[in-house]
Amino acid sequence: MTRYIFGRLLSLVLVIIAVSMITFSMMLAVPGGPFDEINQPLPPAAKANILRKYGLDQPVWVQYTKYMSNALRFDFGIPYQQPTTTVAELIKSTWKITAQVGLMTLLVAFGLGIPLGIIAAYNQNSWIDTIVTFMSMLGFIMPSFVLGTLSILLFSVYLGWLPLGGWGETGCLIDRYFCADWIMPVIAYALAPLAIIARYTRSSVIDYLNSDFVRTARAKGLGERAVMLRHVLRNALIPMVTVMGPIIPDLMTGSIFIESIFRIPGLGKYFVTSTFNRDYPMVMATVLLIALLWGVVYLVTDIAYTRLDPRVRLGAQEGQ
Amino acid sequence: MTTTTNPAATSVSDSNPPVPVILRRHRTLWQDAVRRFFQNRLAVLGLAIVVFFLFLAIFADLIAPFAYDKANFAQVRVLPMRNPAYPLGTDEIGRDYLSRLIYGARTSMTVGITIQLIALLIGVPLGGLAGYMGGKVDFVVTRIIDIMTAFPGLIFAILVISLFGGGMWKVIFALSITSWIGIARLTRAQVLSLREKEYVEAARCLGVTQRGIIFRHLIPNALSPLLVAVSFGIPAAIFGEAGLSFLGIGINDPIPSWGKMVGISGAYVRVSWHMALFPTLAIALAMLGFSFVGDGLRDALDPKMTR
Repeated sequence: MTRYIFGRLLSLVLVIIAVSMITFSMMLAVPGGPFDEINQPLPPAAKANILRKYGLDQPVWVQYTKYMSNALRFDFGIPYQQPTTTVAELIKSTWKITAQVGLMTLLVAFGLGIPLGIIAAYNQNSWIDTIVTFMSMLGFIMPSFVLGTLSILLFSVYLGWLPLGGWGETGCLIDRYFCADWIMPVIAYALAPLAIIARYTRSSVIDYLNSDFVRTARAKGLGERAVMLRHVLRNALIPMVTVMGPIIPDLMTGSIFIESIFRIPGLGKYFVTSTFNRDYPMVMATVLLIALLWGVVYLVTDIAYTRLDPRVRLGAQEGQ
Repeated sequence: MTTTTNPAATSVSDSNPPVPVILRRHRTLWQDAVRRFFQNRLAVLGLAIVVFFLFLAIFADLIAPFAYDKANFAQVRVLPMRNPAYPLGTDEIGRDYLSRLIYGARTSMTVGITIQLIALLIGVPLGGLAGYMGGKVDFVVTRIIDIMTAFPGLIFAILVISLFGGGMWKVIFALSITSWIGIARLTRAQVLSLREKEYVEAARCLGVTQRGIIFRHLIPNALSPLLVAVSFGIPAAIFGEAGLSFLGIGINDPIPSWGKMVGISGAYVRVSWHMALFPTLAIALAMLGFSFVGDGLRDALDPKMTR
């Protein structure tokens, strides 16, 4: 087990290095840079000064190693767009909002998805099952920006119930938290993962409802409640860990689309503006953060899976 | 393997006559799959939607009432049904919205299908090679796949486009960089499992050449899961293009793209509701069509599945 985790961590480090190298070389390989003199001509001395300040006059590999060694100390440099702050500060402040969106979405997606899936499984072909099927179809065919746009049309423009956008600005329950402007982005964002979760829960629960040990449990006279809690759900919810795996980093790194439709000042929106402005330090830090988050979450889900389901052995994966 | 539709009519495909049995016409796996596909109502509906969009894409020049870039500055953001010349209204510089939607289908279909073709061209040989050769080749390919998986595809595409600029071929390039990974992994897994199958073993023992095994056994058997993957990959690629264009970094003006139309509509959403509504419906409908086809293909191509 320790050996396995160590190996995985090592490959995570390799992945991060590869990702950073690709991003770094891509950003330097293309013509044009943040201090091109298209918009504001500079005297050569001033330009040289700026380039020296940001270390852009040094060889590429020096820039890279310097960057990475600083990054290990959480020093990601100074964003070109806002030189008065640091990249770490900027990410912290924007990520706070993205994390709020992500957590709320996670809550809605799992809080509704799992019960809906269970109910649908227990009442196959009933109206609630039809609703779940319909919703999971909707979640698949409607990208979040399509759903966001449609819900703005319906709830803000036509009905006028909810604000057009923003985050923590209008109709808040507790001082900038749980606001009216949270509702649409969270629902538009949550529907796709909710659909996946409900569908997986449904099929997983159905599988176990038809299994031999559930029949045995019923045959020995166990109450339906005990059968459901101790035999069906306990087994059926284990696979949800793998479903959760890719959803969590996705939600926590923010949806570029949701953030730009609803004008949420989060990490995703900032990432897009940073790439436009060739804000190297900001782009690098965001990409590294996302890659790291993905890697860690995948590792954690794999380990969690073995803890929850003793039939799965980590070493066995090598044979596949 | 033949399936019996009516248990009373005993089907014996390799029977020795003269036994008075009702002989069923021999059907290949693919004929069977086609039959199953067309018995699935949702799949046929999906196919109809896909064919409809393909038709629009191919014959856009003939169907569309206006050229997609024909602006009429006297008729800006006309609402639908107000002016008989513009049944679906006009956009922010007075271009016919219906025509732009029709040409938008061309953009979406081109991007979606091209990206999947590229994904096949890269993914199948790479995955197949890794699965068949094993050893060091497999190790290297698997590591590349691992690294590419950790790289978030959309972020990567945005990075590439913001560096190299937008436009249809750059969008295709940017989305292709990560699109082959799933196909490669699938092909590798298929080849790995098929390689050990008894019938491949048997063919090898009978002295069938390596070429024969690859073309007669491995490829046909790996084909159906790949087909399903592609049918789900096309809407994913369409979604990717729409997303990039929505952010304003995808298809360049004046070429229409549904995603771009949705993105632009955001500024006018309070009054010109039609600018947001129609392209979103088009995207949703296209996604629906492809996903029904994908589901139908998956069900039809899995002969082990019983209905």
